[in-house]
Amino acid sequence: MKLDTLAGWARRLRARDISSRELTEFYLGRIDRLDSQLNSFISVTPDLALAAADAADERLARGDEAPLLGLPVAQKDIFCTFGVRTSCGSKMLDNFIAPYTATVVERMNAAGAVMLGKTNMDEFAMGSSNETSHYGPVRNPWDPERVPGGSSGGSAAAVAARLVPAATGTDTGGSIRQPAAFCGITGIKPTYGRVSRYGMIAFASSLDQAGPMAASAEDCALMLNAMAGFDPRDSTSVERPVEDFTAGLGADLKGLRIGLPREFFGEGLDPGVRAATEAALAVLRERGAELIEISLPNSGLSVPAYYVVAPAECSSNLARYDGVRFGHRCDEPRDLTDLYTRSRAEGFGAEVKRRIMIGTYVLSAGYYDAYYLKAQKVRRLIADDFRRAFGQVDVIAGPTSPETPFRLGEKSADPVQMYLSDIYTIAVNLAGLPGLSMPAGTVGNLPVGMQLIGNYFDEARLLGVAHQFQQETDWHARMPAAFV
Amino acid sequence: MSLNSDEVRRIAQLARLAVDDREAEEFAAGLSDIFDFVEALNAAEIGGVEPMAHPLDAEQRLRPDAVSEPDQRELFQAIAPAVDGGLYLVPRVIE
Repeated sequence: MKLDTLAGWARRLRARDISSRELTEFYLGRIDRLDSQLNSFISVTPDLALAAADAADERLARGDEAPLLGLPVAQKDIFCTFGVRTSCGSKMLDNFIAPYTATVVERMNAAGAVMLGKTNMDEFAMGSSNETSHYGPVRNPWDPERVPGGSSGGSAAAVAARLVPAATGTDTGGSIRQPAAFCGITGIKPTYGRVSRYGMIAFASSLDQAGPMAASAEDCALMLNAMAGFDPRDSTSVERPVEDFTAGLGADLKGLRIGLPREFFGEGLDPGVRAATEAALAVLRERGAELIEISLPNSGLSVPAYYVVAPAECSSNLARYDGVRFGHRCDEPRDLTDLYTRSRAEGFGAEVKRRIMIGTYVLSAGYYDAYYLKAQKVRRLIADDFRRAFGQVDVIAGPTSPETPFRLGEKSADPVQMYLSDIYTIAVNLAGLPGLSMPAGTVGNLPVGMQLIGNYFDEARLLGVAHQFQQETDWHARMPAAFV
Repeated sequence: MSLNSDEVRRIAQLARLAVDDREAEEFAAGLSDIFDFVEALNAAEIGGVEPMAHPLDAEQRLRPDAVSEPDQRELFQAIAPAVDGGLYLVPRVIE
């Protein structure tokens, strides 16, 4: 069977060229045959998938027009799914069968999506390489010796290898965009508050945001339509009418002002990534966009500010794992303190512990002002930079990552080097803006991603720019040879 | 800023994480590197800047004070490590 995009499969399902059951069996077969090379899934759920596919086929037969009806998808294992293990990539939740379902999953199910399984990820979404997962690293389908990026590395690798046409991700500091770039797919982190966080296991609550990952911008728009929307169960969900994110796909680029932050093209940027990004920008210019140099003067402080704010929120959120109500519990605790400390020491991996300790420290008496409050002030400076820039331009563009995918193990001994992998993505989370990564070229055999940053709630425009680019280029349609 | 292993043990105790001596040494090195890196924040001009806690500066939404969730104690306790008679069991706290 010839591979297709999510939008392509949707048309074929409606034309009755194929049934959802056939499509689901086709992708389950690919996972079964090929995922041993990648380790992109933590759990595959064929029984649930086939039951959902049969239900979708009945709905299709009745002429139901739900937008994702019958389409196979994967959920990052950070989203609670009733009755299915939801591990968050951690030993702590290896035995956690979710007693409820995340809003994102509920909405996608209602739209008719067929979940094939739960994808691998960095433990509690803390990582940029997918190497911190309790279930082992994910390999990059373009080169199995390299990382797929993280934390949504399983979703990115699975979509890149076409083990599933689309998957969900979450992005706290770049965890949708950086793996999308490393695996040669398209992914968008929406504006903070667009997509409900209910049932999405919390890492840093003022930064976490879910979004779609798929081959093309059109597919992401289709997915985001189902994912986004106000949810009273998430206290930071934005009360705003849902728009049709596919509506802007046809928008002309003529006169579009694209800002290029000089800080994103400076020292530390791999020359090959720079060349690919510049070539992609030239395509946008030929389509009528105007390229304008801008400055985000405080963006250099985004990674340091993030590594105070995010760990602070993480240390608070992860306090719930106490070995009492759910999750891992140590054997034969001597007393309550021993129960807490040993359950947590056994259940969490090194990177999660590191971040809990950073957060505990920066929130502790005597250090709060020096670290946490200062970082929150710098956060505002970073957001203000963007506010000024969007007075001047419509969209901001640059590389998603300073380099192509690195080798497994290359950065795992040096946390700071690993953190710097997200140097161009983190500022976007601190400001709460939407950001997209799309395939923009290659260096050798390895994909390069270009990032597009939009103003608040401007997802449709970002998706439109990416779609126009994808009409002109075929980077997004290329596949790693081993998986064709 | 450099942290020693005693400081790591104190932080770990606050965070309720058991660490042995070898781990305390390892974390001391890793955390010191991270805090050195974070020192860059000291260069920022932050006089008069309001701290930013929420990207959209939104205010907490309120809802009517009405029961919205059903009682699902059995469902939730089905995944607990140890329960008895509807109660979560922990080691004896009061002798």
